[in-house]
Amino acid sequence: MSLPQILFLVVGVITLGAAVAVVTSRNVLHSAFLLALTFFGVAVLYVLLDTPYLAAAQVLVYIGAISVLIIFAIMLSRKVAAPDLVQRNSQWLLSLIVAVLLFGVLAYLTLQTAWPAAKQALGVDAIGGLGEAFVGTYALPFEVVSVVLLVALVGAIIIARER
Amino acid sequence: MQDNYGFLGLYLLIAIAFPFVALGVAYLLRPKRPAPVKSSTYECGLETIGETWVQFKAQYYLYALVFVVFDVETVFLYPWAVAYNRLGLFALVEALIFVGILVAGLAYAWRKGALRWM
Repeated sequence: MSLPQILFLVVGVITLGAAVAVVTSRNVLHSAFLLALTFFGVAVLYVLLDTPYLAAAQVLVYIGAISVLIIFAIMLSRKVAAPDLVQRNSQWLLSLIVAVLLFGVLAYLTLQTAWPAAKQALGVDAIGGLGEAFVGTYALPFEVVSVVLLVALVGAIIIARER
Repeated sequence: MQDNYGFLGLYLLIAIAFPFVALGVAYLLRPKRPAPVKSSTYECGLETIGETWVQFKAQYYLYALVFVVFDVETVFLYPWAVAYNRLGLFALVEALIFVGILVAGLAYAWRKGALRWM
């Protein structure tokens, strides 16, 4: 086995372990920090798969913003931040069934897909090429993204200020 | 390509090892004379009154929400910045429109008092 393969396995095991710990940890704040570790593991997997842009986006958005948002949300609600809270409610069996079904569908699709993208390697300047595509071929979707973000921002302010 | 990340991995290992080495060396060198006052959590400070799990102000959450939007904006502008030298004036105008639409959102947040500390 080559070094990247060994690294992939090690990081994969750490990521999966952290993900399992997220749902089994008794302290919900610890779950949030473990979720950040899971996100970081996924970012390293992106690096090992030669997709630096996805890795950068993963670090920026998921670790930098989503994790912080989740930790803020936990710290905002005093009851949830109690260190000895049971992380289970009466619907755990239903959610388990849904999670297993979702995993089954995703695993089936993963095994069925041919993954044609793996046949050719990305160029050295993949991110620059993406930038050219953003302002060239995909100029309109690029601007639409901005409008979508604007809608998200205004919506978030309206909902958050109602309290 | 992945060789560049070798340096990143090395940096990560050094960053993880550094506190262990620093604290370990300090543990070996320092004199050990514990006393009740010295071992207390706040040797020169006030003890916490009440619980240490405090509730944060809801205002932080609104800031975090605004931050997430501009964080995603950064992700979209990053490839454009990498290719900047190869792109012309039209690309610059496009990026400015992209930023301009979101500046309108920031102006809205400011106008609605979402950025004011309450």
